[in-house]
Amino acid sequence: MRFTKDHEWVELDGDVATVGITAYAAEQLGDVVFVETPDVGKAVKAGDAFAVVESVKAASDVYAPVSGEVVEANGELAGAPETVNAAPEAGGWFAKVKLADKAEYDALMDRDAYEAFLATL
Amino acid sequence: MSQNTPDVLKTTPLTDDHVARGARMVPFAGYSMPVQYADGVMKEHLWTREHAGLFDVSHMGQARLRGVSPLSAFEEVVPGDFIGLAAGKQKYSVLLNRTGGIIDDLMAGRPTSPDGRVDDDLFLVVNGACKDNDFKVIEDELAGQVDVVRLEDRALMAIQGPEAAAVVQAHVPAAADMVFMDIRAMPGFGTDLIISRSGYTGEDGYEISVPASEAVRVWNLLLADDRVRPIGLGARDSLRLEAGLPLYGHDLDETVSPIEAGLAFAVNKNRREQRDFPGAARIVKELAEGPARVKVCLRVLEGAPAREGAEVADESGNVVGVVTSGGYSPCLKAGIALAFVPPALKTVGARLQVIVRGKPQPAEVVPSPFVPHRYVRKVG
Repeated sequence: MRFTKDHEWVELDGDVATVGITAYAAEQLGDVVFVETPDVGKAVKAGDAFAVVESVKAASDVYAPVSGEVVEANGELAGAPETVNAAPEAGGWFAKVKLADKAEYDALMDRDAYEAFLATL
Repeated sequence: MSQNTPDVLKTTPLTDDHVARGARMVPFAGYSMPVQYADGVMKEHLWTREHAGLFDVSHMGQARLRGVSPLSAFEEVVPGDFIGLAAGKQKYSVLLNRTGGIIDDLMAGRPTSPDGRVDDDLFLVVNGACKDNDFKVIEDELAGQVDVVRLEDRALMAIQGPEAAAVVQAHVPAAADMVFMDIRAMPGFGTDLIISRSGYTGEDGYEISVPASEAVRVWNLLLADDRVRPIGLGARDSLRLEAGLPLYGHDLDETVSPIEAGLAFAVNKNRREQRDFPGAARIVKELAEGPARVKVCLRVLEGAPAREGAEVADESGNVVGVVTSGGYSPCLKAGIALAFVPPALKTVGARLQVIVRGKPQPAEVVPSPFVPHRYVRKVG
């Protein structure tokens, strides 16, 4: 699993990257009440806002950590947005992206680097 | 929040206590204030609706208007009947500019003492972000008639929810005689209180002004009761939104008249006839002919919560209005919002659309409040 400074995680299976937000991000947001996932088929660029997660208080963008085509979105979150809090790095995933450039994935932080980054916040 | 963040934030007498409890602190109205505690906004909101929530609102401006006849003088800057304000009562009002726009909304009351003595002063509570300007406007407009005595040495806390009254009355039995919008100056919690039965959540409860030096002790005395938990500004906002209550700087500003804002009740009958308040020409005209826009309560029927700034469209997609505050209702489990729309679209049941991130979503005009008020209007 790899991580971004915007607190997204990416898990790679072949050339398909599953993307979600980290446990730290979910804790900071508080209770998630609404999730907007990207449309399947959408082309995304790394750094683009490609999903939205909302708490009682505010709406926050989720950024695509890698470029590619959205091949699946987590439809479960529409009816159960609280899954993002309960299992942010498992059932609370947002979307799967078919990777355009594996080098983008390789450049992301590993867990140790992400933990070290969190310690600086 | 729109106000600028000064380099050094002010603190309340309770700031250190909030930090020690693990509150997440944010800049608000120039103060470092708790937006949430460890429970988070959702749990804090629901706790207040089911039990009792305790809020630090010491950033708000407290003052006494002192003068020969502060009640009649005050009528020069607000549209309410204050000459007729009974001893022991407080009243909601709006400070108006010359074009009938709202400079701030506020509470003004005449606290009575246990011996029956009536305070000659008018006790004011105004919004924290507006207080410096409010008090300057009042001083300027009422120069020579009243002195504004700011009570910077007092803290203010609110305790709200169905169990709030029992909690307070266990310490201050005399508070049991009070009904909604009663205000008293009396001893309690081993100090001197200015206490009103009011609040900003739609629930029963009290707002309690105490000397700053006693604030931490009273705060912790209340929190020692298992029914009471501390509640941050995040839940304060979602609670007041469910109660259909406006928030200054969002639903109200200097362009918005009390008639547009659905606050016609704050313009008393005798004042309408006398037309002797700032902006009376506009306000009397709006009362007679209807305003150009009106505040409505919207429930989002499908999709994301509509937040401040979201456009409101009619069923054909024509943009007709704007959301002034909105969010997720923990009690209704739906998006709710206050919005301005043309009067023709204000009918309960009217179907509208809210545009969120470019997508139209269905919404419906619903009655105010979203969640019923539970004010106690008689005791015994």
